[in-house]
Amino acid sequence: MAEGKAEKPDAAATAESKQEAPAVRVAPSPHISKTALTTRWMMSDVLVGLAPVVAMAVVLFRWYAVVQIGLCVLTCLVAETLFCWMRRRPTSIDDGSAVVTGAILGLSLPWSAPWHIAVIGSVVAIGLGKAVFGGLGYNIFNPAMVGRAFVMLSFARELGASAYVTDRSQLDVVTQATPLTIAKKVAADLAAGAITVGDAQVQMESTRQLWPLFLGNVNGSLGETSALAVLIGGLYLCLRRSASWEIPAGVILSGLVLAGAADRLGLTAFTALHHVVSGSLLFGAFFIATDPVTSPLTARGKFLFGLGVGVLLVLLRVFSGYPEGVMFAVLLMNATTPLLNRWTIPRPVGGPAPQPEKA
Amino acid sequence: MRGVHPPERKDLAERAPIEVLPTPAEVRIALLQHLGAPCEAVHKPRTDVALGDVVGEAKGFVSAPVHASISGTTGRMSVATLPNGRHVAVVPIRAAEEQPLSDRALFDDVLGGEWPTAGLEQCEPEQIVDAVREAGLVGLGGAAFPTHVKLTRNEDRPIRTLLINGCECEPYLTADYALMMEAPKPIVAGALLAQRAAGASEVIICTEDNKREAAESLRQAAEGTGIEVRVLKTKYPQGGEKQLTVAVLGREVPTGGLPLDIGAVVLNVGTAAATARAVMRGKPLTHRVLTVSGAGIRQAKNLLVPVGASYRDVVDCCGGLIPEAARFVAGGPMMGFTIGSLDVPVTKGASGLTVLTQAEVRKAEETTCVRCGRCVDVCPLNLVPTKIAMASKANDMELAQRHHITACMECGCCAYVCPASIPLVQLIRLGKVRLPKG
Repeated sequence: MAEGKAEKPDAAATAESKQEAPAVRVAPSPHISKTALTTRWMMSDVLVGLAPVVAMAVVLFRWYAVVQIGLCVLTCLVAETLFCWMRRRPTSIDDGSAVVTGAILGLSLPWSAPWHIAVIGSVVAIGLGKAVFGGLGYNIFNPAMVGRAFVMLSFARELGASAYVTDRSQLDVVTQATPLTIAKKVAADLAAGAITVGDAQVQMESTRQLWPLFLGNVNGSLGETSALAVLIGGLYLCLRRSASWEIPAGVILSGLVLAGAADRLGLTAFTALHHVVSGSLLFGAFFIATDPVTSPLTARGKFLFGLGVGVLLVLLRVFSGYPEGVMFAVLLMNATTPLLNRWTIPRPVGGPAPQPEKA
Repeated sequence: MRGVHPPERKDLAERAPIEVLPTPAEVRIALLQHLGAPCEAVHKPRTDVALGDVVGEAKGFVSAPVHASISGTTGRMSVATLPNGRHVAVVPIRAAEEQPLSDRALFDDVLGGEWPTAGLEQCEPEQIVDAVREAGLVGLGGAAFPTHVKLTRNEDRPIRTLLINGCECEPYLTADYALMMEAPKPIVAGALLAQRAAGASEVIICTEDNKREAAESLRQAAEGTGIEVRVLKTKYPQGGEKQLTVAVLGREVPTGGLPLDIGAVVLNVGTAAATARAVMRGKPLTHRVLTVSGAGIRQAKNLLVPVGASYRDVVDCCGGLIPEAARFVAGGPMMGFTIGSLDVPVTKGASGLTVLTQAEVRKAEETTCVRCGRCVDVCPLNLVPTKIAMASKANDMELAQRHHITACMECGCCAYVCPASIPLVQLIRLGKVRLPKG
C-alpha cells in the first residue's frame, strides 16, 4: 500500500509523487517518540548518580578506590565483549550496563580486596549474573550482587570483616573495624555474657556519634561509608526517575522499624538510625535494589520489594554470621520479583474487564 | 492521573483562521464512516445530486446516513482503503460547474450567522434526536460513533451530565481550537440542544489550559445559558472519554462500558456545532474542520473541508509537501493512522492530516526491555503495558488477559516513552487480535 498506489497522471502530481513515493511508509501509531530517552541514557544517568559516591570513595580510600573501581569496570567491559562474542551476538557494551555493574561491584568491595577478586567478581557478574540468562533485561538476579556473592563465598578470608582493618596504612579510616562489625561483636559478646553492659558502652563509644557515619569518615566497603554522598546521588536518581523512589523508601522504612525493634529487644548494639546510616543499607537501597531489571514493575510491587529488602537485611545483620546483609537481602528479593509483579497487577481505571474468569 | 507531554506543535496551525477548501473536482463519499452498520447507496451512477442529498441510507439503529457534500453527478461505486485500514465502498460525485455554496457563503452556512440560545424549549427531545440522526451525525473527535445513539433517552440509564470535549490533546491538531475561537456560538447552541435531547441536568464544556483563549471565547458565548466552561490541565490523553470523566466528574467509566454507565455523555465540540446546524438549519453533516499540519507541509492550515474530498486536494490547498515529507498521518501523531497515499477520502471522523518528516519519524533500533517501568508510570489506564506486550508477543493470552489487555485504549503513551523503542502499542493490538473469541 505504501508505494504501489497509482498516482494522478498530470505532470505536476507525477513529479511530486516521484519525490514522495519512495520515502512514504505506513507504520503503527504513535508516530513520535521521546527520542532522547534511551537505555544508554538511563545507564549514564545512573553513573551520574554514582559520581558523588565514587568521589567520596576516592577521598577516603585514595588510590585503593581508583584501582578497585577501575579494575572492576574494565573487567566488566572486557567480559561483556567476550560473552557477546561467545554468544555470537553484536557487542552490547555501548548500552552502558556493564559500566554500571562494574562500578557498583567495585564500590561494594573492601579497599583491601586483592586484584584477582575484583577480576573474578566482575567476570562472574557479567557471565553468571547476566550473559547466561540472555543478556541485559533477562537476568533474574542483580549481576553485581551475583559477582559479589561469588567472591564473598569463595574468598571468605580476603573479604571477611578482618580484611577491612590494617594498622600499616597512612589512611586513618582503615585502622578501625567497620562500625557494623563492632556492633555485631559487642552484641554477641554481651549475649554470651563475655562483657558487661558497661564494657559494651565503652566499646561502642567509637561509633556512637552519628555524624561520622553520615559523612562517611569510617571504615567499610568503598561506596557504603558516606550516607551523605549516597543520599545526594540517590535522590538525584529518584528525581530523574532513573530509580524508583518506592524501593529506597521501602528499604529505609522497614529497616528503621525492624532495627528499632531489634534495638528494643537488645538484639543489636545499634539504634535504628545507626543501622540506617551505617553499612551499605542506603547504598543498597538507592543503587543496588533499584536495578530496574531485577526489581518489580508496579509501584506497589516496588514498595513491597523495598520493604522485603529492609526486613531481610536487618534480620541478616542481627541473626546471621555476617555483620552486613544487603547483598543477600537483595538477591533473595530478586527471586521474588516475578511473584511480586504477579501479585501487584494494578487495578485498571474503570476496573477489570467483565469476563468469565478461569479458575 | 498519568499521561505524557509530547511537544505540542500546535503553534504551526494555531493562528491560522478556518479557510474554506475550494470545491474539489470530485469527492468520494465512503459508505461506512462510523462505528456500526454500513450504509446502502441510494442512487444509480450518473444521477445528479445536490449538496445535502442523501447518498447512502443508514441500515440499523447504530448507523448514520451519508450525504452529498458537493453538487454534482454520481459515478460508479468503487472501493477505497480508509486510514483505519478498512476497505469501504465509496460513491464518487463529480462536481457540477455551479455550486450553490462556496468560500465565505459556505462558511457562513456551516458555522456563521446567528445561533439563538433562547427559545429552545420549542424543540422536543425526539425532534432533536431525529434531526441529528437524519443529518448523519457521528462523533467528530475521531471514533465516529453515531451521535443519535448517544442522545437517545433511556429510562434505565438516565443521563445526568453532558460533557462537551474541546481538549484536543493530540499534538499538532488545532481544528477544535479554531472552531472554539471562530464559532463558539454553534457549539453552545448545539450543547444546549443535546442537553435537551438527552435530558442532562448539567453541561460542561472542557478544554485544556493551553487553550485559555478558546475557553474565554466559549465563556462569552455561553454567558447566561448555565453552561460551565472548565479548563483542565494540558496533557495527553486528557481528551479521552475515560480521562475526561475522571478529570471532570471524578468518576471512572467501567472497562468495556460507556460514559453512559456513569450517567454521562461526551460530545466533541465539532459534534456540538454540527448538532446545532442539523437542528436549527436542517442541514446534514457535509463539511468538517480539518487541521493540516506538520513539518512536512508547506503551510499549515485549518480547513473547512467537504466530506469525501481527498487528502491530496487538502495538501494542494496548503502549498503541497516539502521533499522531506515522509509520513502522512490521518489524525494526530499519537493515535492517528498512516496512509500510504494521499488519494484517500476525508471521512466525518477525520480531525487532521499531520505530515511528518524523515527526521521526526526515525525510530531507534528496538532493544530488550529493561523493565524500567516508565510505561507503567505513564499509562493513563493504570496498566502494565510491557507485560501485556510481551505476553501478546509470546502468544500467552491468559497472561495478557490477567493484565487487562482489553482495557487498553492504544493511546500510545507507553510506546512514546519507551527507552528501548519497543512497539508496545503494535504488540498489544496484535494481542487483541489473538484473544480467543467470545
